[in-house]
Amino acid sequence: MTESRHDAATDPRDEIASLVVHAPGVGPQPSRPPRSQWLDVWDQFKSHKGAMWGGVIFLVIVLGVVFGPMLWPYDATYIDIRARNQGPSLAHPFGTDQLGRDTLARMMYGGRTSVAVGITAMLLALFLGSFVGVIAGFFKRLDGLLMRLTDLFLALPLLPLLLVMMLLFREPLSAAFGPERGIFILIVCAIGITSWMPTARIVRGDVLALKEREFVLAARSIGTTNTKLITRHILPNVLSPIMVSATLGIANAIITESALSFLGLGFPPDFPTWGRLLFDATDYLQQYPERVIWPGLAISLTVLSVNYLGDGLRDALDPRIRGR
Amino acid sequence: MLTFTIRRLVLAVPTLLFISLVIFLLLELAPGDPMAQVPLTVPPEVKEKMREALGLGQPMHIRFWKWLVQFFWIEPQVLIDHYFGTSLSAGDLRVISWQTRSPVMDIVIQRLPQTLWVVGTAYVVGTLIALPIGIYSAYRQYSVFDQVGTFVSMIGFSVPPFFSGVLVIVIFSVNLGWLPSIYDTTLRVTDWDSFVQQLQQMIMPVMVLALQITAQISRFMRASMLDNLNQDYVRTARAKGLSEYTVVMLHVLRNSMIPVVTVIALGVPSIFGGAIITEQVFKVNGIGQLLIGAIQANDLPMVQTLAFIFAVLIVLFNLIADVLYGLLDPRIRYD
Repeated sequence: MTESRHDAATDPRDEIASLVVHAPGVGPQPSRPPRSQWLDVWDQFKSHKGAMWGGVIFLVIVLGVVFGPMLWPYDATYIDIRARNQGPSLAHPFGTDQLGRDTLARMMYGGRTSVAVGITAMLLALFLGSFVGVIAGFFKRLDGLLMRLTDLFLALPLLPLLLVMMLLFREPLSAAFGPERGIFILIVCAIGITSWMPTARIVRGDVLALKEREFVLAARSIGTTNTKLITRHILPNVLSPIMVSATLGIANAIITESALSFLGLGFPPDFPTWGRLLFDATDYLQQYPERVIWPGLAISLTVLSVNYLGDGLRDALDPRIRGR
Repeated sequence: MLTFTIRRLVLAVPTLLFISLVIFLLLELAPGDPMAQVPLTVPPEVKEKMREALGLGQPMHIRFWKWLVQFFWIEPQVLIDHYFGTSLSAGDLRVISWQTRSPVMDIVIQRLPQTLWVVGTAYVVGTLIALPIGIYSAYRQYSVFDQVGTFVSMIGFSVPPFFSGVLVIVIFSVNLGWLPSIYDTTLRVTDWDSFVQQLQQMIMPVMVLALQITAQISRFMRASMLDNLNQDYVRTARAKGLSEYTVVMLHVLRNSMIPVVTVIALGVPSIFGGAIITEQVFKVNGIGQLLIGAIQANDLPMVQTLAFIFAVLIVLFNLIADVLYGLLDPRIRYD
């Protein structure tokens, strides 16, 4: 009895089904009103302390880098040569750099770029990965071909290739879209194209299992077209693995962008990102070691919070763990 | 098992060909010109001659074929000549670096030992730390040790090597002055003092790389142990009165090592990729730094060869992982 009640609590559809079968007033009555699936997910997510903290910190960082530069009086590129190399003070909480630019302003402005690159690249990788995964899982004829392609992409040496891509396409794209937007497009595309494979594999596996379920058969038997079947029945059901790989994708993209900037192949020198700030600060490692701490801490904290968020999301979206 | 291995081997050949084609085509689009550094006083006819001497100016597919021949036919011959004193490769053109005008593979061979020492030591150290952590945190799931282990591996995932590397330099070289911040590759280990020096300069790069490896492998080890600890055969083993040590270390560990061994094999190439950054931080002049230098100097043959070496490593270790999985788990072989 406890087992069946447990099941009813985890899957509201069963509960509704039992109500339909038995006339009202007859048979087992549900102990509490039906709840939506997302309310259950939220309940489970709340109980994961690390995930809650991760979510809050990530939200604070995103809000800080979006609205911070508007509120902070100093501009990221404002040079005050008389105030150079200052330590932390009330006017400059993080100090100033070798040209007297305010480090806090540069951190917030750089964070804007880093977070924007992370989210955009993640969306691109997610789109490519879900597309390939759904198509490969749904259409048996394309499965072999697309999965071989995924394997080939997984066998590519990614970091060397990213570096080569940065080398080759930097000039033409800078000329076409301006130095900053050109590099932004280049980095986002490069990261997106080289990181869609894990998502594609996970999504394909889930689609393969879903395709054999009765509700897909039912939808097909009433004449639903393939496009409708995918958008209405398949995609909503593979949303949870996609969401989990989204969080991992943000973390991966932020680290990759910082690594490229750190190797001197990212954004132009006067354009701050967290990786670039860290790279510039290593030149002054002997005199001002505290300067490398801030950007490094920002990168690590963002990635750590996103990783915890993903961990909690994975637990919350897994119906086998939920409700325990 | 033999057919399984052969099938995997045959599959690896088109993969490698495809990757070499991708790298080649990508570099075809390069705007860089190897003649850019030749003085302007050199007349154009001479420049054209030099261009031809470098093998440019021919159609794309011929150059791709030539590069394949040079890499897969001539370079192994050079290696055989070197070891057995034969002269198979005498007079053959090798892949020449635009930077130094010497054969690319010679430079790679010079740089490889540094990378292998640092990366190899880090991998062994990281794995040796990770396995016990993974086993114990699975055995005592949700204990304090497990929670701390989870947190530490989360940090290992999240802190990129270019920050953890710089951080340990700040702490141990700048503030404490215990360890050298730059890896001295000219150091020869001849006596105890130079051995200690070598050890000191290896500690930081190895630890930075090992943190990442430990984070990944200990998570896998823990998950794999947890999968096995609740299985029926474990209850059976306990029920027939085996000691807890025998149950965990012999029965459970053996079964949970199957996926972990393949993960360890699969991780080797990615560590070479991560070593690019670590080498840059600690100024180790291994193949990672060679790649960065070649990219900045627009030395395309070098970039092509190095990228392809990384690709060969990935394919090779994927193959090793596949074969190992087949060896350890008979169910894989027969599908």
